Amino acid sequence: MPSLLALVVALPFAGFLLLSLGGARLPARAVGIIGVSSVAISAVLAVAVFVALAASGPAEVRFVDTVWTWIDVGPFAPAVAFSLDGLSAVMMLVVTLVGLLIHVYAAAYMRSDASYRRFFAYMNLFVGFMLVLVLADNLLLLYLGWEGVGLASYLLIGFWYQRPENGYAARKAFIVTRIGDTALAIGLFLLFWELGTVDIAQVITRADQLLVEGSAVANLSAALILAGAAGKSAQVPLHVWLPDAMAGPTPVSALIHAATMVTAGVYLIARLHPIFEAAPAVLVAVAIVGAVTLLLAALAALGQRDVKRVLAYSTISQLGYMVVALGAGAYAAAIAHLVTHAFFKALLFLSAGVVIASLRGEHDLWRMGGLRRVLHLPFWSFGIGAASLAAVPVVTAGFYSKELILWNVWVAEPGGAWLAAVLLAGTFLTALYAFRAFFLAFFGKLRDAPSPPPRGGLIAAPLVILAVLAIVGGLFETSAYFGGIELLTLTLGDSLPAAAHGVGADALALMIGASGLSLLGIAAAYLAYGPRVLPRRAGGYLPAAGRAAEAGFGFDAAYERIVVGPFRRLARGLRDEPVDLVYEAVARLLRAAHGVLAFTQRGRVRVYLAVLLLGSLAVLAYSVMA
Amino acid sequence: MIVLVLVAFLAAAGLLAWITGGRVARAIAAVALGLALAFGAVVLAIAAPDSAWRSFDEPWIPSLGIRLQFGVDGLSGILILLALVVGLLAVLVSWSEIRHRRGFFDFNLLVSLAGVVGVFGALDLVLFYVFWELMLVPMVLLIAVWGHEDRLRAALKFFVFTHAGSLFLLAAILALGAFYRAETGAWSFQLADLAGAAPTGYPGLVIMLGFFIGFAVKIPAVPFHTWLPDAHTQAPTAGSVVLAGLLLKAGAYGLIRFALPLFPEASIALAPIAMTLGVVGILYGAVLAFSQPDFKRLVAYTSISHMGFALLGIYAMTELALIGAVLLLVAHAFSTGGLFVVAGALEARLETRQLRRMGGLWASAPRLGAAALILVMASLGLPGLANFAAEFSIFFGAFGPAPWFVAAAAIGLILSALYGLRLLQGVFFGPPRWEGIADLSPREAAVLGVATVVLVVLGLYPIPVIDAASGAITAALDPLMSRGASP
Repeated sequence: MPSLLALVVALPFAGFLLLSLGGARLPARAVGIIGVSSVAISAVLAVAVFVALAASGPAEVRFVDTVWTWIDVGPFAPAVAFSLDGLSAVMMLVVTLVGLLIHVYAAAYMRSDASYRRFFAYMNLFVGFMLVLVLADNLLLLYLGWEGVGLASYLLIGFWYQRPENGYAARKAFIVTRIGDTALAIGLFLLFWELGTVDIAQVITRADQLLVEGSAVANLSAALILAGAAGKSAQVPLHVWLPDAMAGPTPVSALIHAATMVTAGVYLIARLHPIFEAAPAVLVAVAIVGAVTLLLAALAALGQRDVKRVLAYSTISQLGYMVVALGAGAYAAAIAHLVTHAFFKALLFLSAGVVIASLRGEHDLWRMGGLRRVLHLPFWSFGIGAASLAAVPVVTAGFYSKELILWNVWVAEPGGAWLAAVLLAGTFLTALYAFRAFFLAFFGKLRDAPSPPPRGGLIAAPLVILAVLAIVGGLFETSAYFGGIELLTLTLGDSLPAAAHGVGADALALMIGASGLSLLGIAAAYLAYGPRVLPRRAGGYLPAAGRAAEAGFGFDAAYERIVVGPFRRLARGLRDEPVDLVYEAVARLLRAAHGVLAFTQRGRVRVYLAVLLLGSLAVLAYSVMA
Repeated sequence: MIVLVLVAFLAAAGLLAWITGGRVARAIAAVALGLALAFGAVVLAIAAPDSAWRSFDEPWIPSLGIRLQFGVDGLSGILILLALVVGLLAVLVSWSEIRHRRGFFDFNLLVSLAGVVGVFGALDLVLFYVFWELMLVPMVLLIAVWGHEDRLRAALKFFVFTHAGSLFLLAAILALGAFYRAETGAWSFQLADLAGAAPTGYPGLVIMLGFFIGFAVKIPAVPFHTWLPDAHTQAPTAGSVVLAGLLLKAGAYGLIRFALPLFPEASIALAPIAMTLGVVGILYGAVLAFSQPDFKRLVAYTSISHMGFALLGIYAMTELALIGAVLLLVAHAFSTGGLFVVAGALEARLETRQLRRMGGLWASAPRLGAAALILVMASLGLPGLANFAAEFSIFFGAFGPAPWFVAAAAIGLILSALYGLRLLQGVFFGPPRWEGIADLSPREAAVLGVATVVLVVLGLYPIPVIDAASGAITAALDPLMSRGASP
């Protein structure tokens, strides 16, 4: 069974190669079949390998499949090798299964695009790199997947390359995440020299043994990994690329910029958690970064007009939830939310995709309205997604994972109560912006008649499956009040410390409080943006604050002024090679010297004789004096 | 023996091409390089390291102890094969680009390649210097005769810079020989004799600097780099390919083969300065690449940036970092050489090198775009491609002895994304500004196909290069180790 692991990874790459080398004559039907089936077979194998791992019992907590030696110089010996444990198994299943649903949807959704083949080639490439990332056995291979998904993300954000703004968004995503990647890389160099290996399992054991808690090395390496995670998982201040990344086709936003790639940072911190445990100060920083991101992005989501940007800020904010959990040491809870978020956020994006397609590309919420009467399936699916995002109590997946985070953060030290307060505020804001979008799009007066939406089984099936998952997909880990299911704990096994479950007055109070805030947020959204608020207030409320929120609170403008502008000026100033000025000066000096010497050789015999005479006299005089 | 055979064969083929001229010349050049490549690959694969095929030693100028001494170890072997592959690609890219005085063109190309092969195989310093000059002069002619609008100035600048560097090198070689004579009473310029016998202290430092400057100009290290952008911009495509793929490599090779093992103490003393030059080159080259309006000039500055990594890796003086530097020599030949081929293909179609006049070419030439995409990704160090394996080996290897240098150099990863994506956007993305641009011809596709496949294969499986280079690297490191460089 371990040998199947490499095949899980290889299949999407094979799909990519077939599609990109297959030539333009490959019929669209074949493109769809290759593009979807490569991920489908990979998903089936992933399930099989997972079952084998689960069945092998606690004796074997990890499968390793070494394919070939990559580099081998002394202790630096990364192989192309994949390893499966509880944590990577969860990631692998999310990537392949949610990835498969989105591929199926995209097969229909993108069918009329002229670059259908290129689209699926890039999508398969993405899945391949994402699987490398989560299954890598060593840090260098993980980094390959890490940057590889960045490439796929770049290519897919800029998929419609003829529009310059898409190219800008794609470059921005690549470069901002690469700033994080570079920090991560330096972190890896440091870890290698401290621990003498890049093998992940060994890094984890040696980190436990060798990293002194609170030492400079521990703090520095953890901080650098955090920077890498912040880039990929769009945490403040490196979050600015994600809202613009919505320039890509909607299935891309669902797969890469919601369900999978952006969770890589969360996975990375969970994967390397012993390093963070040796750096408590950095763990606090993780929590703070997550908390700030959570609140800031939730507020920004409230100000967006573009439905995809609402969802983008929502993703940033939900990733903030996960990062707060990581910072509180609740790694398993973060992973739980990673899973449910993949369900409901993919659902929201795919539903929004149908809406946007039926409105001929319209993204603006203020130009939507009343769609509930014409777009039945998206109405229900978006509604269920929004409810799950808002953590509507008991009946949604989001409720269970957020409850898990809330309790684990509450009991964490230090500052658990403060972080829990942020989470509660976030719960209210999340419900508010989620249902703001829902009411604006689906309630009120129907604007113009939409064209027939993309329909058919390929569109409907993923929506229905994801909708079901957005409702019941959180029932893998629940507290005693909801049956005490511990499937996640079982699956994760030794790979992460188990999540705590709350019982008692505190737990009940927290749960009821969070539930109340969620419902309160929905009620507030209904009052502010619901069908009864007529005529609709075009500018929204608090126009100044709204504009600030829409602009993402000025991060872009600040970067433009502090970083981008000065760099452009520096580059322009250096463009014409200042170093050459030195050599030109040397050349001029030589030419001048040449001029002086040439003056002495103008072929005038009288001058030569005079100089000869003077020289002779001088020599004579010198010898006489001496 | 193999070096002598190859040098003589390439020079003879060059003469034959010159005499016949015209279209036959290019066929002669292609066939000669193909044969040489097949011959070289077979011999190097079969011959044992100490066999007569691999080494050769006859007196040349006995009164001065100068010998025709060649030796091919793994490092030389890789670089000689690289020279033949790159040479063959260069002939193919010039296939229809060069019409004017075709025979003389192929003569210069083949003689320059003969010089390169000699440089990578010579173990006598005077012999090495002869080949060093032999590869330079035909390259000057390639630029001066078949270059672009400003070719004479660029060729002259190239000649003056590299020749000035060569003079430092020559003076240092002669001084080293003289020191040896003063000590032993006999002349010798062979590496094996001089290793361990080179002067220490101040004289050693001065002589080592002669070597360093000679090689640093060729690499080129900042601040000796300003000839490169002009030379590349003005050179015909084949000239750029050979320049980037081979001539720059000779500088790095010289440091590994001669400067480090001959002058361990002085090299350790120089290391912080050399690594500083490397890091400055990485960052400076990348920033200037980002700001260039001319495609070829941009790529030329990326070369300066990449070779800064090599300098950093060489002077970090760890096995892993030096392995990375050697890998980079091979990777860079294909990534940068390939980008010059793309530039040539674009110039042939659009008659411009200016990025602002390009845009949206993906629509009409997607295969050219895909090749450029892979080459740019290699250039910006995307994992899975050869440049990544090289750069990260350098980083991982150098971090222990030089963490701050590595941290600063890593900023180059961000800057390379800036210039790389700017290039892609400017040429291939955005609204289409040209219509009916032909996609890759079969010949262009073959050249770029070879380059991209090599980059992918070496990116995922660099072991053959690592294994081949490790002997020479151990030889370079051993004298350093015994003098206290960090492991």
